[in-house]
Amino acid sequence: MQLDRLVWRIGGAQGSGVDLAANVFARACAMGGLNVFGTREYYSNIKGMHSYFTVVASDKQVRAHSNNVHLLSSFDAETVVRHALSVVPNGGIIFDPSVVEEDIKKIPTMEREYVKRVLKMLKSEGLGENVKDVLELVKKRDVVQIPLPYLDLLKEISRLVAEPQISILMRMVNIMAVSAAFSLLRYDFEFLSKSIDATFKERERIAKMNVKAAEYVYDYVQQTHGNALKLSLLPTRSSENRILISGTTSVALGKIAGGVRFQSYYPITPAADESVYLEDSEVFELKSEAEVESSIMGKSGSIIVFQTEDEIAAITSATGAALTGTRASTATSGPGFSLMVEGLSWAGMNEVPVVVTLYQRGGPSTGLPTRHEQADLLFAMYGGHGEFPRIVFASGDIEEAFYDAVLVQNYAERYQLPVVHILDKALANSVMTCRSFDPSKVLIERGQFVSEKDLGGEYLRFKFTESGISPMARLGEKGTIFWNTGDEHDEYGHITEDPLLRDTMMEKRMRKLDTAAKEIPDEQKLKIFGEDSAPNIVVSWGSPKGAILDSLDLLNKEGVEVCYVQVKMMRPFPTKTMGRILSGAKKIVDVENNYSGQLGKIIKSELGIEPSHYVLKYNGRPISNEEAFHGIMSAVKEDKRRIVLRGGI
Amino acid sequence: MSYTYKSGVHIDWCPGCGDFGILSAIQMALSEMKVEPHRVAVFSGIGCSSKTPHYINAYGIHTIHGRPLPYAIGAKLANPNLVVLVVSGDGDMLSIGAGHFVSAGRRNVDLTCVVFDNGVYGLTKGQASPTLRRGIKTKALPKPNINDAVNPIALAIISGYTFVARGYAFDIKHLKDLLKQAIQHKGTSLVDVLQPCPSYNDIMTKEWYAGEDRADPATGKSIPRIYKLEDSGFDPVVHNPDEKEVAQKMCNAIAKSLEWGDRIPIGVFYQNPHVPTYEERLTSRIPNYRQYPPALQKIADESMHPIVDLKKLMERFKLE
Repeated sequence: MQLDRLVWRIGGAQGSGVDLAANVFARACAMGGLNVFGTREYYSNIKGMHSYFTVVASDKQVRAHSNNVHLLSSFDAETVVRHALSVVPNGGIIFDPSVVEEDIKKIPTMEREYVKRVLKMLKSEGLGENVKDVLELVKKRDVVQIPLPYLDLLKEISRLVAEPQISILMRMVNIMAVSAAFSLLRYDFEFLSKSIDATFKERERIAKMNVKAAEYVYDYVQQTHGNALKLSLLPTRSSENRILISGTTSVALGKIAGGVRFQSYYPITPAADESVYLEDSEVFELKSEAEVESSIMGKSGSIIVFQTEDEIAAITSATGAALTGTRASTATSGPGFSLMVEGLSWAGMNEVPVVVTLYQRGGPSTGLPTRHEQADLLFAMYGGHGEFPRIVFASGDIEEAFYDAVLVQNYAERYQLPVVHILDKALANSVMTCRSFDPSKVLIERGQFVSEKDLGGEYLRFKFTESGISPMARLGEKGTIFWNTGDEHDEYGHITEDPLLRDTMMEKRMRKLDTAAKEIPDEQKLKIFGEDSAPNIVVSWGSPKGAILDSLDLLNKEGVEVCYVQVKMMRPFPTKTMGRILSGAKKIVDVENNYSGQLGKIIKSELGIEPSHYVLKYNGRPISNEEAFHGIMSAVKEDKRRIVLRGGI
Repeated sequence: MSYTYKSGVHIDWCPGCGDFGILSAIQMALSEMKVEPHRVAVFSGIGCSSKTPHYINAYGIHTIHGRPLPYAIGAKLANPNLVVLVVSGDGDMLSIGAGHFVSAGRRNVDLTCVVFDNGVYGLTKGQASPTLRRGIKTKALPKPNINDAVNPIALAIISGYTFVARGYAFDIKHLKDLLKQAIQHKGTSLVDVLQPCPSYNDIMTKEWYAGEDRADPATGKSIPRIYKLEDSGFDPVVHNPDEKEVAQKMCNAIAKSLEWGDRIPIGVFYQNPHVPTYEERLTSRIPNYRQYPPALQKIADESMHPIVDLKKLMERFKLE
């Protein structure tokens, strides 16, 4: 039986290479022409706690994970206990037979409450308290069990690769688990071999060893369980020029393309990956035709990645860099953004283009630091003292995040204000196949800068203009000396407390937001999927996009006429268009990863229209495609007003 | 060619404020060094002293409380051709901004910090600042100060500042010379400036620094508390990049910084020209950083497309 999408999962202790193995799996699928979406769940921990990775592969586009797993690869007891029940009938579990006798109570890394729940469930089925009892339970559900004696196999592999130390080879158990999965799925070994080579590119010896081990396991599984699984996975032909990329990397590439040349950051999960990638790529080549253009220009460009002492220094150093005319940004998560708001207010007051890339995670406080949530929308919109113009913009998937990272730079500079670009953990830590980013689709729209030659007389940094935009100058340039202050100021930038001047300056600043609202086209502010005259409108923002899109076809098949509106621009809000779409809707279903329906609140305050139904999730796990489908169905068909999704492990 | 560094903006400090002396010394130093005003960027935090940038004819960035250093560092790294000054109060730099003050020492970015050190928070009406000693009760304090003071000189040295000096607001010529040395020094420099606050610090007054409360019995003249390190033959400079010499010079400087009360040293406490600046460290990673820093980089071609070769960057993500 060939599926239109295959869901594979691997779990294991953090630090045991689960992440790497999953990337090898995803890449092998992608190299076979398949589209993949992979997502990562992990504890705030370095080594030992449970982490897992889910990969969805299909010849069609996939944009979200699934809670229903076809094939589970495991090499420890905990993964079996936690995930066996997610495996669908006719699916399979690969496990180490040496763990079956383990006592579930003695697995130290599982929360006590969780263990209690598992034992209670086993007891209700008349089963005991060992790993084998979990396997017994899933056997009743027609789940195929494939024991893989890792240690015995490693002994054989040890001879094969002439490495007598088994402890060194132990690191390959995750690749063995991947290879066993491909063997069961009868997926061409060549792709796995290529994927391993690509993953261990610079470490040829290790690559060879892993390929050999993988091959050995592949053949072993063929011989022992060759036809155990009814499911199979076939490569497909893909003509498109594709890449496999993570959310943080996509944004980082967008920053380099969009001209960001200064990035500051203080380490925080899940934002830090972006800055680490940027630092790794700090020197980059310029287009060959560009080299000829100017002799002063080097052959390469560069970005300075500045690791600061805290997030206050991150936002302020980026702002300082921006004052020199450099495109500057910082990347953080909720707790870091909390520290940044005073600096944000200063940037607003002094009309400095600076971008904060905000990767939301589970809050409040430290919350669920490695888990997902979308609970910082209102904070991003209102955080900071006083009233100042800002743009708040949210991306929904890995591919658009690249192009959006350029757009937000353009907005910041054209309207001379801070921009908060909101993403989230689910998007940051996922990988997806997408079309290779197209530089011809990237336009760099610079802000208005002046230099001495443009000036008739003296330079007024905060000159009153109709659009509210006063041409900027760069620190260090001749003839354009200016002053900045967090105090209210005159056109020069000197302190004033004059009430009339205050009004004029306040109105000038705030006017920029009207200008931005007018100039930025609707297609950048929101995306409409389906006919917006449909009776049921799903509104959402950020990463639930993938799950919603993946469920739209199914909803239509069920006869649910639905249109999905992805809101990207939160401020200035696309009031007119949203008003037009929502005023005709019978049902408005708001889908968000938070408790209170924050987008719903914005819609209400902007339009006076409130979503009629909420599909919410705040357990730290992203919305799966099944959940999006069932959530929207419950709202539309059963008329449930508030649906809380609780899926995920 | 001479440049004026006066901006013409009304100066609203109290009459007799030490800030006037510091402002003059900064303006004189820049003028004597013949730095073009547009090459200078002056960053400040919050407080009386932080109004200074508005009074100087140069790029003036009056930021938020405690944070002028990171603003300044961001600007300097983006455009290393700037001459960057950070002018701020003791509360700004050593209390709310102390984290930035310490971290700056680890980097040695080429910039100069001037701390207006008067022991009080003037603009909020005289609370104790981090440099006020324990037990002192200035006039606005309801009770004597309960906290010990930080030692800006010692803190700067152990944090890694490579030029550390102390000046006095009413010895403008001496202060101007210190500032010139500090600006010329390649790396992060600190000039801590003792600065009487005539409104709120009624203990460390101009008269107190001048020793008017104690007369030489022989001559009847007051004995000033302040003396110059250079007059005492003190050698603050690390001459060889040698760990032992660095340690010795640091210890000498810290010992000197502990002198207070009857004899208060001013002058250069410590200078180590051998530590690479942050800009040099960046150049070792980004060879054309100096010629092509962030602020001078072109980012788009004529058709407004990115100048970077995106295809090359994406190669490692390709699926072939």
